[in-house]
Amino acid sequence: MILSDRAEEILERLGVELIEQKKEVHDAGILKDDEALKELVNLSYLKIKAGQFSLTDEGKEEARSCVRRHRLAERLLVDILDAKKGIVHERGCKFEHLLHKGLDDNICTLLGHPKTCPHGRPIPEGECCKDAKRAPKKLIMPLFELELNKKAKIAYLQTHNRSILQKIIAIGALPHSEVVLLQNFPSYVFQIGKAQFTVDQELASHIYVRVS
Amino acid sequence: MQKDYKGPVEYSLEIAIEKIVGLLKEDYGISKRAIALLLLQDEEEIKALVREKETEALSKIEAIIEEISAHYIHPLTYELALERQAQVRQIISKAVTVKQEKVSIREKISRLSMNPITGLPLVLFVLYWGLYKFVGEFGAGTVVDFLEGTIFAQYINPFITNLFVRLLPWEILQDLFVGEYGVMTLGFRYAVALILPIVTFFFIFFSIIEDIGYLPRLAMLLDRTFKKIGLSGRAVIPMVLGFGCATMAVMVTRTLATKRERIIATILLALAVPCSAQLGVILALLEGNLPGMLIWAGVVGLVFLFIGYLTAKILPGERPSFYMEVPPLRWPKIGNVLTKTYVRVKWYFKEILPLFLLASVFIWLGKLTHLFDLVINLLRKPVEAIGLPHQASKIFLFGFFRRDYGAAGLYDLNKQGILTGLQLVVACVALTLFLPCIAQFLMTTRERGWKVGLGISAFILFFSFGVAYILNLLLSNLGVVL
Repeated sequence: MILSDRAEEILERLGVELIEQKKEVHDAGILKDDEALKELVNLSYLKIKAGQFSLTDEGKEEARSCVRRHRLAERLLVDILDAKKGIVHERGCKFEHLLHKGLDDNICTLLGHPKTCPHGRPIPEGECCKDAKRAPKKLIMPLFELELNKKAKIAYLQTHNRSILQKIIAIGALPHSEVVLLQNFPSYVFQIGKAQFTVDQELASHIYVRVS
Repeated sequence: MQKDYKGPVEYSLEIAIEKIVGLLKEDYGISKRAIALLLLQDEEEIKALVREKETEALSKIEAIIEEISAHYIHPLTYELALERQAQVRQIISKAVTVKQEKVSIREKISRLSMNPITGLPLVLFVLYWGLYKFVGEFGAGTVVDFLEGTIFAQYINPFITNLFVRLLPWEILQDLFVGEYGVMTLGFRYAVALILPIVTFFFIFFSIIEDIGYLPRLAMLLDRTFKKIGLSGRAVIPMVLGFGCATMAVMVTRTLATKRERIIATILLALAVPCSAQLGVILALLEGNLPGMLIWAGVVGLVFLFIGYLTAKILPGERPSFYMEVPPLRWPKIGNVLTKTYVRVKWYFKEILPLFLLASVFIWLGKLTHLFDLVINLLRKPVEAIGLPHQASKIFLFGFFRRDYGAAGLYDLNKQGILTGLQLVVACVALTLFLPCIAQFLMTTRERGWKVGLGISAFILFFSFGVAYILNLLLSNLGVVL
């Protein structure tokens, strides 16, 4: 069953509010007579009671999947398609509807099973993430997994910790820089431009690179 | 330059900067744009300065920063770094062409120095020739012998003693200045004839490996091990310095990033890193006794790792993180080495000389008030408990005033032939771990505060004797003859 875009948007919104923010119910309010709402009720994803609605178990599953698709779409736009961040949310909203079941797992694998969206919110795990341990080649990976002496480009920094960010900025390991890992034991040594740096595994795990 | 208003116009960084510049009324000595940029990057000092100067516009400026921050995903520091990088890339792409180069010989040597298989033997090579041969044997041996034995003992000391005896007819005051432990004859002589040359040679060695660019490579090799003891690779600098003079090394722990790292490094420096003066005498004592030397080095090394590991477990706080630039290897420049050595020796000497003179005064007071006899008596029991003759209690007390002074006392005892090989090794271990010299103690309290300084000392006092006690018990029960 393919949902309408509008129904997916509603589910996503509910996924954020009811699952992530753990609110019990949501005020039906202005959505009351919305076509998409009826669609969701008919599929028994939603229950409406006295103007409040809540998600059924199936609905929760579907909502989680909507949130996942939206955030994966954002990651895809930023990391691979190199969209400017200001427009990411809005475009992500359109893009996500193209990522149907199964497709989202492919994108997730392509991106190296990212844990957060570019805004730092968690991406719900999919089946593919659980299988990630035996997953084949990845395009995007943390710096410490990079093959030695192979060129790569820094894709993004996965951290919102200011002090770590500050250190990585000081090194100049910023997105778009070309990087070659020279050594991975006992510490990581890599080259950016003409300069070489050494970092520990902790810092190397925040720098994600894209193999070219 | 043409300005690039990126992002939605009303939230662009460029607009925010223009607005802030318009609000800044005072003079800062640098351009207002720079101030605005620093404000956006959350620069604490500039924020404080602006808070003080711009009382009127402050709330407006803060509102602009808050608003612009809300429209970016990342902290503005990061956004600006990206922006700056983009500019740099653009300029470089127009002005620079990069030729593909083959890996040079210099680069090959650099890689060898960082590969653990070749790099670790190189560390031992550098330490042996640099520290042991150059600083230890030549600096602390040949040069000190000449300065102390010839210049001071034959010329300066007799002259000064003569002068003071004539100027000060009171024996107590004569003792203070020119007695066995006098300010001039001990404190000044030690500082000038012993510490000055050792430290100078040490700084020459240190400046050379620094100028070559070896230190980051050493840090990179040791980071993983140092993490286990709660430190990062950066701590190699104070640790290597500790082998020169631990007092100075404690001062240099300032360069470590967190308080936790500074405390761990201070404990290890006080406990298990012998300074060059002490190291010199201990190596001379154990010379020709290879098993003894291995036991001594093994026990001290284990204590270093064990206590580091333990303190890292106990002390709360964030794990240290390690990042360093690895500069290309370069030939050391004599001018650089000499300038760095000169500046450091000067700075060090200014810090350390007063402490030495103070130590002499303390010894004088201690003898005058018979406090020393009391302490020697107190030390007698624990000294006998670790299997040493009671005469050895004196060396522990003097070891507190000068690390090598204790070791030198041990040297004399050994010459009199009253120590067995086993006792000698136990005494060397106890003395190495025992309280650092008074100068280091004073420096520790100055850098870490009285509470931490006294706490560390109390711990070391019991711990050093505890380890020596167990070692003595173990070796004698195993019937080891050294």
